[in-house]
Amino acid sequence: MSVVAVPSVPRKKDRGGPWLSLLAWVVGILFVLPVLWMVLTSFHSEADAATNPPKVFAPLTLDGYREFFSGGASPWPPLLNSLTASILSTVLVLLLCFPAAYALSIKPVRKWTDVLFFFLSTKMLPVVAGLLPLYLFAQKAGLLDNIWLLIIFYTSMNLPIAVWMMRSFLSEVPVEMLEAASVDGAGLSKTLRSVIAPVVMPGIAATALICFIFSWNELLFARVLTATVAETAPVFLTGFVTSQGLFLAQLCAAAFVVSLPVLVAGFAAQDKLVQGLSLGSVK
Amino acid sequence: MTSVAEQTTSRPEAKPQPSRSARGLAWARRAPLMPALVFMIIVTQLPFVATLVISFMNWNAYYPDEVGFAGFDNFKRVFTDVNMRDAVLTTIWLTAGVVIISLLLGLGIALLLDRRFRGRGAVRTMMIAPFLVVPVAAALLWKHALYNPEYGLFNGAITWVWKLFGSDHPPQPDWISNMPLWAVIFALVWQWTPFMMLILLAGLQGRPLDVIEAARIDGANGWQIFRSMTLPHLRQYLELGALLGSIYIVQNFDAVFTITSGGLGTANLPYTIYQIFYQAHDYGRASAAAVIVVLGTIIIATFALRTVSSLFKQEAGR
Repeated sequence: MSVVAVPSVPRKKDRGGPWLSLLAWVVGILFVLPVLWMVLTSFHSEADAATNPPKVFAPLTLDGYREFFSGGASPWPPLLNSLTASILSTVLVLLLCFPAAYALSIKPVRKWTDVLFFFLSTKMLPVVAGLLPLYLFAQKAGLLDNIWLLIIFYTSMNLPIAVWMMRSFLSEVPVEMLEAASVDGAGLSKTLRSVIAPVVMPGIAATALICFIFSWNELLFARVLTATVAETAPVFLTGFVTSQGLFLAQLCAAAFVVSLPVLVAGFAAQDKLVQGLSLGSVK
Repeated sequence: MTSVAEQTTSRPEAKPQPSRSARGLAWARRAPLMPALVFMIIVTQLPFVATLVISFMNWNAYYPDEVGFAGFDNFKRVFTDVNMRDAVLTTIWLTAGVVIISLLLGLGIALLLDRRFRGRGAVRTMMIAPFLVVPVAAALLWKHALYNPEYGLFNGAITWVWKLFGSDHPPQPDWISNMPLWAVIFALVWQWTPFMMLILLAGLQGRPLDVIEAARIDGANGWQIFRSMTLPHLRQYLELGALLGSIYIVQNFDAVFTITSGGLGTANLPYTIYQIFYQAHDYGRASAAAVIVVLGTIIIATFALRTVSSLFKQEAGR
């Protein structure tokens, strides 16, 4: 147990070193293995996918993908719905969160910490608690199975995270630079463009990617509030496993296709991921 | 290392404002905040007020003529319902199990990744991957590709290992039927360990290395340094991970819905409320259950807010 506290500075006395490195590799591979298995299985034929013991080196084929895209109900409408809901809600979140974060960091309002914690507290309210009234409202207003309802809901789901993240990025703008800009007589738009934007652009990108991921992943609301028209990709996935017989390769292909945007967005935002997930409190 | 509020002492907020223009100025400052604030109040607070109202109503969509005031009846029914009590226990087990196991695993892995070794970046990337699989897809993957008793990877691997040793009768457990709650917990631990690992790794990398180096020179061994320096430093990160994890996992719906459909004693509160509302259409009872869940969450959330707030103040104080 004593070996675990070896510091990040490499040391000559570090006897357990190679073993610990090996252990780290083994653990990493174990964690990524289900993902690799999903990808590998998706390229196997159904017959090879459902074998025991597993056939790792079976011939590769695109049958699973072909079956997923053109076998039954087309996955394109749900995928496009997910894309629409995720992108539009992310745009809305950015439009709302940037001015709010500005008013909480660059030119803070009085009691700005209270406002910040109000945003955070809404994130802690269990979503099931708001599900029923939203459903009844949508029913009355004729908005059931309408993608806009999801867009509004996803915006509210991600806005607190985005405000916290954006605030933490904006607070990295050096005060001296803001003061220098104001001494030089730069207006708000010039300050935004030439002082603030260069510093927070990576932060805006990371915020957008994380909001995109959360919207793309959401299942409960999409399942309750949508039906055939506005159905999203996760809902489509849950309804996908009703077919009989061999379907594992097709299922893995479907799971991989639906996860692909999140994997891409997540690896792109890798460095800022922890800051976003901890609402900007850890960097 | 933490971003929050380093500037609070120096930002113009501290400057005294002339009193005449103060009100106008205050509103000018508030204006950019208003759209987001109003939006959040309408979309998140109003529905909850509605839930509170409905929880005192007798309202079942199957009996539209009997809608009316019910007093505390819904709450009584929720508290006396055996399924509901089971759901509370299941939620506690599920949340505690996932948070504790993934926190401990995450701590171990963060310590492993806090060292320099060949391929450290690659291992870190591999570790993040589970968190980036869409939760429903991950649940389906575990249910069908890993847990399946006939062709799942787990039983496949057992067969393979047994064959290596010349045995033709490997055990082939039906994982989900034999241990349904653990099946859900393991799938979630797989997804949440990367989250805990990332937070703890960030914490480890914010350690004051000069102090640790000094302790080492003074003859402290690895375990002493871990116990008396690393662990206290990590405490707030452990708390943060546990609380944020709890908030997300208490609300878990995807894994329970997909892996067991709430069967075999795995129905947690969100799933049970979903059922009362979506299948039984008993709006009053579903709302009462939701109100109780919110009250429970407020207890966790108070601690969570306090933890985040202390991290926050610590930064502001620097």
